[in-house]
Amino acid sequence: MSILVNKNTKVIVQGITGKHGSFHAERMIEYGTKIVGGVTPGKGGQQIHGVPVFNKVREAAEQTGAAATVIYVPAPFAIQAIREAGEAGISLIVCITEGVPALDMARIKGWLLEKEITLIGPNCPGVITPEECKIGIMPGYIHKKGPIGVVSRSGTLTYEAVWQLSGRGLGQSTCVGIGGDAVVGTSFVDVLRLFESDPQTRAIVMIGEIGGNAEEEAAAFIEENVRKPVVAFIAGSNAPEGKRMGHAGAIISGGSGKAENKIRRLQAAGVVIAPSPALIGETMEQVYKKHDEQKSRPRVR
Amino acid sequence: MNIHEYQAKEIFKRYAIPVNEGSVAQTAEEAFEIAKKLRGAGHFFAVKAQIHAGGRGKGGGIKIVKTPEEVKAAARNLLGKKLTTPQTGGEGKLVSQVFVEATAEIEKEYYASIALDRSAARPCLIVSEAGGMDIEEVAAREPEKIFKRLFSPQDGLGPDEAASAANQLTRDSRTAQIFASLFQPLAKLFLDLDASLVEINPLAVMSSGEVIAIDAKINFDDNGLYRHPEIAALRDPSQEDPREVEAKKYELSYVGLDGNIGCIVNGAGLAMATMDIIKFAGGEPANFLDVGGGASKEKVAAAFKIILQDPKVRAILVNIFGGIMRCDVVAEGILAAVKEVGVKVPLVARLEGTNVNEGKEILKKSGLNIISASTFAEAAEKVVAAL
Repeated sequence: MSILVNKNTKVIVQGITGKHGSFHAERMIEYGTKIVGGVTPGKGGQQIHGVPVFNKVREAAEQTGAAATVIYVPAPFAIQAIREAGEAGISLIVCITEGVPALDMARIKGWLLEKEITLIGPNCPGVITPEECKIGIMPGYIHKKGPIGVVSRSGTLTYEAVWQLSGRGLGQSTCVGIGGDAVVGTSFVDVLRLFESDPQTRAIVMIGEIGGNAEEEAAAFIEENVRKPVVAFIAGSNAPEGKRMGHAGAIISGGSGKAENKIRRLQAAGVVIAPSPALIGETMEQVYKKHDEQKSRPRVR
Repeated sequence: MNIHEYQAKEIFKRYAIPVNEGSVAQTAEEAFEIAKKLRGAGHFFAVKAQIHAGGRGKGGGIKIVKTPEEVKAAARNLLGKKLTTPQTGGEGKLVSQVFVEATAEIEKEYYASIALDRSAARPCLIVSEAGGMDIEEVAAREPEKIFKRLFSPQDGLGPDEAASAANQLTRDSRTAQIFASLFQPLAKLFLDLDASLVEINPLAVMSSGEVIAIDAKINFDDNGLYRHPEIAALRDPSQEDPREVEAKKYELSYVGLDGNIGCIVNGAGLAMATMDIIKFAGGEPANFLDVGGGASKEKVAAAFKIILQDPKVRAILVNIFGGIMRCDVVAEGILAAVKEVGVKVPLVARLEGTNVNEGKEILKKSGLNIISASTFAEAAEKVVAAL
């Protein structure tokens, strides 16, 4: 078991003939992901990396039976690509594209909720169930199948955390990069809920960062609903106020969004904080061992 | 992106949000001429330093005076100097323009703003009867004085929604009506222009009964600027760190800090974590620098140039975990930078991820003196040791 995707998930690639789309479609196929087609308007009928290209998502979905899509189109076209996929009946949309205006995301979010469509991203690395299905841009080889669920607002910092876990023999059930923008399709809470009810996932790594209050909301949810052990790291303890740290979401304003507040709130919810970004794997190893020894006993907070 | 108060007020006028009459001046003489023309429009003049930071009143950047001669003197005192406010940081910001307005007596100050509520994914109108103060302080001390109202990002703020917010501020029905008629265009402005914040503090009821936006602040979502070239053109690079301006040309995200270890990293999260781990290893980062997703060789070389412009930098740490970014491209960028600009400080490189073997091979074959590290922690320790 895993969450969101598995070895049977059929995936199409929107923007498959573009530079990034093409490069990563090939990497996904190599990894073993069931890439069944791609979409580029005007290039329907061609073949790329051994899969057919369609003009429209609807055609691609009807002819391939795809249930998931990954979007690599440029930012001005990303919202249209998400809407087209949703209207074609795709239930899992992973949007890699960076630079989508926040208000566009706000405008489409209600519609996605209403249609019960899961959008991961935008501005995210994607989602991977190791050794089964990789949808996105993450390097496949760093992952290993196993019991740890990983959820993160960051891309490359997630790879770092995964690399540390795999190096210690702690494989992953599924890794989800929810994206670094101010408004994202899927929140920490959404993913934590899925991990909590997934039997393969036995512990969770959560990577947050400064800005917003998504980590505080996650802490409140963990306190009430998560029985599995959670290890977290919050990036940006040393960031100055009022400066945007790359991600549209990563800005400390007027005392809110600070790393120390997030860390305090998570600790209060029973989450173990990795003291350094180099100690995420080690911290999880300790927590996981301890939890294994104690698992017959009820969890004490 | 931030813009100046005078620019925000031009936008307010387009949306029929009432502001005082005024103009921007670059010299004391211009300020004097503006004041002479404005004579009769109000009872006083306000001379306001135009910088991209709040707290100008506390920092001495706003002068209220009576005559055009006093306007001239106030402008002379502000122009060409750096103004330090609670929001500028220690260095302050250069005042190269002042805004000269005709103003009058204020009866009461209110607060109004619109921002995006991230978790609700909806814009939010925030109003308070406690205007003219730091709203964060009001929120902490007297949260009951702040009223919030989410509204639809498609339909904007409806008349009833605007009226219910206005009724929270005052019992006077005429004033409430004016407030409501101003909140709606404020919301429209926010949605039309891809703003991330629109703020009026204070929003004043004048002794005359008029309602005026005494200050105006608009921040824009950088991701939305591509469809508002007229807004993008309002950017004032003189208010930004020149290295940040240079970085933007190459689509690099750079923020200067006070330490001496230059960092080149891919991805914002990893770049922040790299700053954190340098601290953890006992060092001080000189910057945040994210080369972004699909960085080219040229971008990596540009990143080196920007970092090396900082005389404080005594060592460089390159930390790349390739995903969409390929390690071989990074390695070629490092080589190009070393060839072009020469890197005389110790350089620690840690590469992992997509095409890592190709990248390491390129660095090894180059014969350059690059200290390689295989883990994140080791990279931080080595760069601190190399200082």
